Amino acid sequence: MTWWPLIKVLPQKTNLHFVKYARYAAVLSVVLCVASIVGCFVPGLNMGIDFRGGASLEVSKPAGQVIQLEEVRDAVSKLSLGDVQVQGIARLDTNVQDGSTAIVKFQVPDGKDQTQVVNEVETAITAATGQVAYSGVSVVGSKVSGELFTSGLLALGVAIALMFAYIWFRFEPQFGFGAVAGLLHDVILTFGLIVLLRLEFSLNMVAAILTVIGYSMNDTVVVFDRLRENLRKYKTLPLRDVIDLSLNETLTRTIITGVTAVLVLAALAIFGGEALRGFSIALMFGIIIGTYSSIYVGAPIILLWGVKRGELNEDVKPVKLGMASRP
Amino acid sequence: MIQLSRWKVVLLALSLVFGLLLAFPNVLTPEQRAKLPGFVPKSALNLGLDLQGGSYLLLEVDVPAMRAKRVDNLAEDVRVTMRDSGINVASTQREEGGVVITLADQSQNEAAYQALRRLVGGANQQGVVERAVTREGNGRLRFAFTQQTLDSMGATAVDQSIEVVRRRIDSLGTKEPAITRQGSNRIVVQAPGESDPAALERVIGQTAQLTFQMVDSENSVQQAVAGAVPPDAVLMMDEDGVTPILIKRRVLVSGEQLTHADVTTDQNGQTAIGFRFDGVGAQRFAQATASENIGKRFAIILDGKVISAPRINSTIPNGSGIIQGRFSIAEASEMVNLLNGGALPAPLKVEERRTVTAELGADAVQKGKVSTIIGFAIIVIFMLGAYGLLFGGVSVIGLLLNGLLIIAAMSLTQASLTLPGIAGLVLTFAVAVDANVLIYERMRDEARAGRSVIASMDAGFNKAMGTIVDANLTTLVAAAIMFIFGAGPVRGFAWTLTIGVFTSVFSSVLVAQVLLAYWLKVAKPKKLPIADAETVR
Repeated sequence: MTWWPLIKVLPQKTNLHFVKYARYAAVLSVVLCVASIVGCFVPGLNMGIDFRGGASLEVSKPAGQVIQLEEVRDAVSKLSLGDVQVQGIARLDTNVQDGSTAIVKFQVPDGKDQTQVVNEVETAITAATGQVAYSGVSVVGSKVSGELFTSGLLALGVAIALMFAYIWFRFEPQFGFGAVAGLLHDVILTFGLIVLLRLEFSLNMVAAILTVIGYSMNDTVVVFDRLRENLRKYKTLPLRDVIDLSLNETLTRTIITGVTAVLVLAALAIFGGEALRGFSIALMFGIIIGTYSSIYVGAPIILLWGVKRGELNEDVKPVKLGMASRP
Repeated sequence: MIQLSRWKVVLLALSLVFGLLLAFPNVLTPEQRAKLPGFVPKSALNLGLDLQGGSYLLLEVDVPAMRAKRVDNLAEDVRVTMRDSGINVASTQREEGGVVITLADQSQNEAAYQALRRLVGGANQQGVVERAVTREGNGRLRFAFTQQTLDSMGATAVDQSIEVVRRRIDSLGTKEPAITRQGSNRIVVQAPGESDPAALERVIGQTAQLTFQMVDSENSVQQAVAGAVPPDAVLMMDEDGVTPILIKRRVLVSGEQLTHADVTTDQNGQTAIGFRFDGVGAQRFAQATASENIGKRFAIILDGKVISAPRINSTIPNGSGIIQGRFSIAEASEMVNLLNGGALPAPLKVEERRTVTAELGADAVQKGKVSTIIGFAIIVIFMLGAYGLLFGGVSVIGLLLNGLLIIAAMSLTQASLTLPGIAGLVLTFAVAVDANVLIYERMRDEARAGRSVIASMDAGFNKAMGTIVDANLTTLVAAAIMFIFGAGPVRGFAWTLTIGVFTSVFSSVLVAQVLLAYWLKVAKPKKLPIADAETVR
């Protein structure tokens, strides 16, 4: 078998001129970033019940009868009010969980009267599961309290600052700027996609964004690491050629890792159901963008800035070929 | 590097044994787990609220009680101010949101008004003046909360309570509770799984109002017990719970001025609670312990109970000290968590305690499971396809160990695992193979440069390690920061990420090193199976 392992089929040495297209990519990135930022305000993120709160309703049947949670969920979802949560709960009178009582949480869309929405929901539930008693209609607040929100933003800000400092320390200042610019680019564009596809912004989305940040950083560092190595190895080669060389050398790895991640997320998006779909789509897009930004945001910033080649070999000796052992 | 080193094999074997041991309870039913002998770890994965349901508490914020308490404090402020200004008050009448005082001597009217004006003070952080003084004529002055403050008191109390409850539950570990406001004055707390509802109620139920007040040494306790309690004091029980003690009503310093509390030991090695006040608190504490009070006693009161009433031996200028009391380490650390989480602005009454099912439906959970398995299968097929049975297989074995260690670590630390958390872990797997890909690609590079199998494998490991460490350390730095500064779900995410980074680097690199070294030793290959076809001559 000459085609297996597949890795042999991939071209062993690519010679793509990434840097040549960097200026077009930069224009594209800037345009998309601006569009995404604008999109976050107009029309704005589609905030889910986690962030905006909504209304909650207790639904119960006489003890012993069972409410079909799935049917209730489907019926209320059909009203297209946004996120719907249906949770079974123990009966209020006996405190026994026999499936006869449930809490339904739903959003009240802007500009709609709450009483009217509650009536619609009650009608839909009755149609789906038969006669039930309603009690405890109340407004529920968001899951994300003020402090949770500010501490989350603070955590994110400090984390980015420290990653920047780490890369500055391990590499060079311009590498730090390149990495952070790439990271912000990825986060902004992921937000743009969430707005574009009208995905619901929930706490799970926050997890997706954090994961995108982690992946973006990881991918950028791998490229930068090779770039630093090549800058030491080929001291006279022009910077743009060293960047092209490094991107080409890491290309196989970039593709394999990226494709693996994207395939896994595609599986989650296709087979994972409603609960995972928005999350997986945002993440999949974020990873594709993260790969792109390592090539077209991080590296060009270094090219723009320039690197003093002498600085790079203070602590480490130039990597000689065959450092480990010679054949 | 590529020799089969003994300590690496031992390390691998140990991690496998511990991984299996810690992950083992997950295959048992709860009944079987309960029967395990004491030394065996019993905890299984703690699934999040979206996957398994849990306990539900409906709490009511006792706003009227809080209002009454704040009016009490206001009345006491007025009393002390009038006394200190030398103004005779004939009578004090409680009103909605404040007090009306009638002066004994009408000529003091202006002096009293000015003194109360000074008591009003400036606006608070939100720019609201909280209290106001008005003349009612006939030597009567009204001192009360402004209507604006009274109106917002309830809402502010609910918001503050939510933050305090969340901080307290966070201090129990990464449980990822859902805490939401319901209606105008209720809070719903849902915590996943077997999280002990009693423990939950215990940490939520305590108001944790800490105050430092002087012990009344001028009046007799016997007379007070007989019924003659002085107007500025209150009768309480001493720390032993039986001896009556007379405490001045005036609060010297309260928990709001606390910046930090921790568990410590006193000079006798007894468990004690260390505390530190902010600038204002330190100043008041220094005044309270000033020379004229040396020898007197003050009481440290938590939620209306005297926990300690020490004698003042010297002035304490820096606002820090320790509370000695009769508590165990567990009690002390629970108290420290309460103090650090802040006091509840109003008592919380538990109105309903019930159990709930998972937020997600059974079919959603099922789909989540299926898609996770498919995702994992894709990685396995992809790695075997790309790098062949040997090198791809080694990565897959690394992944399996990685999965085992993640389950073990999550079970051990009891961090909540939500559905997106699981999906995130599948992605961790994808990133875990990245370490293998980096190593293998380096090996291919070296083979391409014409080196022997052993040399290229050796160099592959060596050179890839730097990249792997850099890439993962960056992630780890970010995760650590998010864990320290973040709250609630961000903290939970950071924890899962940290575990994932450690286990994936550990297992991918170690498994690859040991297994490939063994293969080298046994098979004595002439060429690298993953090398490009044409370079292998």
